[in-house]
Order: sequence, then C-alpha cells, then structure tokens
Amino acid sequence: MSPRTTSTSLDRLLASREIVVAGGPGGVGKTTTAAALAVMASVRANAKVLVITVDPARRLADALGVGGIGNAATRVPREAFVAAGVQPRGSLFAAMLDTKQSWDAFVRRQAPDKATAERILSNPIYQNISGRFAQGHEYIAMERLYEIHAEGEYDLVVVDTPPTREALDFLDAPRRMAEFFASRLLRWLVAPARSRLVSLASRPFYQVADRILGTQFLEDVGEFFLLFQSMYEGFVARARAVGALLRDEGTTFMVVTTLEAVPAHEAARFVAALAERRLHLGLLVANKVLPASLSDPEAAVVADALQARAAETAARLAEALGLGGDVARLTRVLEEIGRSFSNFELVASRQAELLAEMAKAHEVTATVPHLPGEVSGLGDLLEIGRRLFSAPGGRSSRG
Amino acid sequence: MAGLLDRRLLFVTGKGGVGKTTVATALGLLASSRRRVLVCEVEPKGDVAAAFDGEPAGFVPREVARGLSVMEMDTEASLREYLRLYLRVPMVGRIGPVARAFDFVASAAPGVREILTVGKLCYEVREGHFDLVIVDSAASGHVVGQLAAPVGINDLVKVGAVRSQTRWMLDILQDPAQTGVVVVSTPEEMPVNEAIDLASRLGRETGVSLAGLVANRVLPELFSRGEQEIFDELSAEAGAERLADALGDCSVRPVAEVLEAAALAVRIRRSGAEHLERLRSAVEPEVPFLFVPYLFGRSHGARAVRQVADALGEELGA
Repeated sequence: MSPRTTSTSLDRLLASREIVVAGGPGGVGKTTTAAALAVMASVRANAKVLVITVDPARRLADALGVGGIGNAATRVPREAFVAAGVQPRGSLFAAMLDTKQSWDAFVRRQAPDKATAERILSNPIYQNISGRFAQGHEYIAMERLYEIHAEGEYDLVVVDTPPTREALDFLDAPRRMAEFFASRLLRWLVAPARSRLVSLASRPFYQVADRILGTQFLEDVGEFFLLFQSMYEGFVARARAVGALLRDEGTTFMVVTTLEAVPAHEAARFVAALAERRLHLGLLVANKVLPASLSDPEAAVVADALQARAAETAARLAEALGLGGDVARLTRVLEEIGRSFSNFELVASRQAELLAEMAKAHEVTATVPHLPGEVSGLGDLLEIGRRLFSAPGGRSSRG
Repeated sequence: MAGLLDRRLLFVTGKGGVGKTTVATALGLLASSRRRVLVCEVEPKGDVAAAFDGEPAGFVPREVARGLSVMEMDTEASLREYLRLYLRVPMVGRIGPVARAFDFVASAAPGVREILTVGKLCYEVREGHFDLVIVDSAASGHVVGQLAAPVGINDLVKVGAVRSQTRWMLDILQDPAQTGVVVVSTPEEMPVNEAIDLASRLGRETGVSLAGLVANRVLPELFSRGEQEIFDELSAEAGAERLADALGDCSVRPVAEVLEAAALAVRIRRSGAEHLERLRSAVEPEVPFLFVPYLFGRSHGARAVRQVADALGEELGA
C-alpha cells in the first residue's frame, strides 16, 4: 500500500494537533484503537509519533514491541512495517505507563531536596498509596503526558487513559489533585508534627480518630502529608499546567465506544463533559460494529425462509451437493444459519439505533467493524487504522 | 462442598463491563426463592434497584421482592453506624464534620474506606439479618484491595479499635464455607486475563476463596463437527448459488450475506471459546464454571436479569 493517498479530514486534524487523548468507557477496545491511530498516523505522515498505552493486552504489547515493563519509549522497528506491507513515512515509538514508577519519578522531580524525596519514597504510607492513590492513576497519566510534551521529542503523542469507573474522572484529576493539596483538612492532618493538641478545632476529630486508628498510624499519615506538603507549591503549579495542556489548542480527544447501551451512554456523557469543559473532540469512534449486511431486508427474508422451509430446501440441496444420506444434518445446519442471522440482525438493529443517536450529538468520525479474534500483529493495527482514516464522517464498508 | 448459594457472603466481581451487576442481581433473585437475600451495590449506580421497582435503594436495606432486599454502600453512613455501635461516640449531632474529616483520611489512607465497606457487609452476615449477602463489588483490581483491607490494616495499624475489629471479619471472610468470590468474565481476551489474574491474587493476598466463575454472554455453538463440515462446504465457492437455487425464487447476494453472517458468528464464538478454555484451565477444576448465554434480545434491565437467573439456575441444577 502506498501511504500517499488522498488526505482525509483525519490527516488534516492530526497535522494540526500534537496530542490525542483517547477516552471513553472501559472494555470497548480503547487501547487498541489508540494504538491503531498512532500506527496509521506514523505511516501516513512524515512525523515522529509516540503512543503511550496503559495496561495493553499481551498481544497488543507484543505487536508494538513494548512487552517489557517500564516507562521508556521503544521504537517500533521499520522492518515490522515493511513486513506488514507498508512503507511508513514517519516513525513510531511506544511506551507503557507504569504508575508506580511514574509516581516515584514525579516525587524525585518535585521534592525540594534529595533527602526529602528519599524519605517520601520510603514512607510506608506512600508505598501503600502510590499504587492506588485516589485519582492517582488518572493524574499520573496526564502528568506523564505533560512531561513528554514538554520535552518536545515527538510531533504527535497519542495517549490511552487508564480504565476508571467514571471515564470523566481523569478530566478533573489535575484540579482535584490541586484541591487535595490545598485543603484545610490536609493542614489538620499535618498538625501532629506541630503539636496538634493545642488546636481546639481539630480536637474532636483526633479523639475519635485516635480511638479508631491508633496514634501511631495517624502520625505516620501525618508525617507523610507533611513531607508531601513540601512539594505543595510545585505540585499545584504543575497540576494547573497539566490542566491547561488538556485545554490547549494542540490537544484533541478521541472518544471510543461500542454500540451497546451501557458503554454508549457513558460515551455520550463523556462527549457532553468535553463540551462543557471546552475541550476539543476530534474523533468519535464506534468500535466492534456488525456488518451492514445484517440490516439487509432481503437477507432477513432468506433467513426466515431457511428456518421455515429447512427440510425441503435441504432435500433439494443435498442432491446438488452430493450429500445423499445427510439430509437431516443439512436441515439442522440450514435452520441454524437462519436462526443465527435473525439473532445477529436484532443486535445489529440495536447498534444502528445507537449509532443514529450518537450521530445526533456529534459526527461519528469512524466505525470499526467487529473483528473476531484479537489484534495479533502490526497488520491488524494497520487494518483498524485504515478504517479510522478511510471514512470521514461516514460509515465503514461492510466488514 | 457446599453449593454456591449456600454460603453467607458472595462477592461478585470481574472487569468493568462484563455484567457484574446483572449477574449479582440474578444470583440474588435465584437464591431468594429459599433464603433471605441482601444484594448490595458497592459503587452505587442504582442498577440493582432499577431491575425491580425502580425506587432508589439506600444504605438501609429495602425489600424489593419476596425474600430479596437491596442496599447501596455508603462509607460515611457505615462509619456513623460503626461509631454508634462500637465506640458509643456520644456526638450524634456533631458527627457531621468529624465524619467529613474522617472521610478525608479514608480517601488518603489506604484500607480505611475499604474496611468500612467490607465491615458493614460482614456485620450484616454476623448479625444474621440475612441468610445470604451478595455484593455487586468493585471491578477486579479494586476488590482485592477491599478484601485485603482487614489483613492490610493489621499490618499498618498497630493499635486502636479498628485493629481489634478486624479479627472477627477475617474469621468470616477467610472461611470458605461462609464467604466466596464469584468472578464474572465475558469470552474475550482482556476480561479473561483479568479474571485469571484475580483468581491467583485472591488466595495469595486476601485469603478469601474463589467460589465460582461465570462466563457471561456466551454465544451459542452453531454447529457440531459434522455440521461444521457441511457448513464449510456451503460457504465454499458456488455454495451460495446452490443454496439460492434450492430455496428457489431468490437472488444470490442475500443468501451469501446470510452465510457470511453465520461464518462471522462461528468466528466470534470460536475466539471466545479459546479464552474460556484458558480461564477454565487456570483455576482448580472443582471451582464451578457457569455459562450464561448471550442475550440477543435484551442486554440489561429486569427482563435480562430474569433470563440470566434462569440460566444460572439451570447451571446450578437448582
């Protein structure tokens, strides 16, 4: 395939952006879609592209060559593209987000001095928290994006977002982290090291908390926050900058969803939330779409006929196929074929309805067909990438 | 071994989007024919109650059908109840700000929110208000944190009332006759990976036993081996034409489309079956493995819950 095809609206969008943030509900193929977008972008544009994935499936990681652990970006070798039948114009790098490692690096950068950094890193509370801090995953993904963007190594960075209960969480993560460190309650907690007993305001709280948690634990927590507070100013400034980067005109969002009721609903709320926050929605992708032929009324007639007239059709067909003795078996096969079509036709019509609803809220940029089996190589990612780029504002062809 | 629904406390979990809530609600419905059941939504979205009368559930259990109550977890309310029951804190009026402050510690300090959640559930079991408590838990990553909280608190908190409370919780949680985890997965790569990971972490990190696996949204097997051969022949070149001839009075294109749709169904089913096989072989053979068929008609709501309950009932031989 020649990468120099006609430029599409997606080519133009990506030419004007530096960051694509992939968001949306979990379990819809967001990570794969983000990877496919980056792969195809590096093929079509003469650009240095990075994709940051979070918890990719093993085969996807293998396809990108990021099977190992760690934050470092590795280049997807040009030979892999050539083997998959394309000559890329640009280059592709892939990295995996390691939350714990990212937090440790962040603490080292932000702490006022080395000794404080080491004390934070060895604090048992920090060690417990850094893996599963409230909003920690979301925030650190954005933080890492900021870091990479500031280094200016890449023309385009595509970042996958961690699965969250609410897809929206990460949009507000920078603001919430700033609030967290600015809060009065945090100052209360830090009080033990500043003889908190004199503080009348906090007394009832500590009476109760001491009884429940024990003083030692509370002091551990206090020390942790006291140390963490030394990073306060740098942190808040940083969280604001990260928030600003999301709103920057070089940043766009890609929302991925499947056409099932629950994920589609969550995606719709995500799209609305982007608009509320004046964040740019560049792509809305419907994934795992069943083929359009399932909505063909003529095919539905055939499916019904197969179920209603299976036996007589089988008898006639058995002759043609030379299956003399197996008419009963053939009858069952024909019935199953018809029934299966009717079942999937029902699912496909629900999908069509959801797609129409989605299109009302925002132009659906691309639909990606249901590809059974998993992405097992660069070739598969290229195939999905082609779908993303091929149908500006339209439907995909039949899968 | 005791049957799945003869336990006292079941945590239903799995990767996001696999149908945890539907399965938890369906198990509750199924068990409620012979036991007093409570279904608790840990991350309240109102979906459990919506499957019944649509009235929202709260922290106080509410009976929605005969033998079946629902509640929504609320860690602040749980804390209030805890303070009242165990510490006799005489400050009902002033509890608001204290609870808010506590809520803050809870969000910052590991394990506190989790222990309030698990503690409330264990409390309901211990007090015998219900024969069976079914928990629509957090997604797999989080549920280990919840179940491991009593163990973790013992490590982090050296003294205090919370520590003294963890012992009886562990007695309930770590008794396989009373407590178990049901892991739900769909026949797809990532949900299965997460289910396998969870199954191995459960015993290691929490001491809570795996009570069962539910394979949700399993597509029907279209053809037996012999039938598959016939189908392959039909899918081969000229198969559609012959079938169109045999049907009479129809063109080839729609017939080919119907055959393609069946081929797609076979491929999806096959890729799913491989993953379920992987899941099956990753856990002990005595762990029950229940299949729930893909519902072509409805994916959620009261009707779907009823159908899933029927399917689970058949699998359990109930």
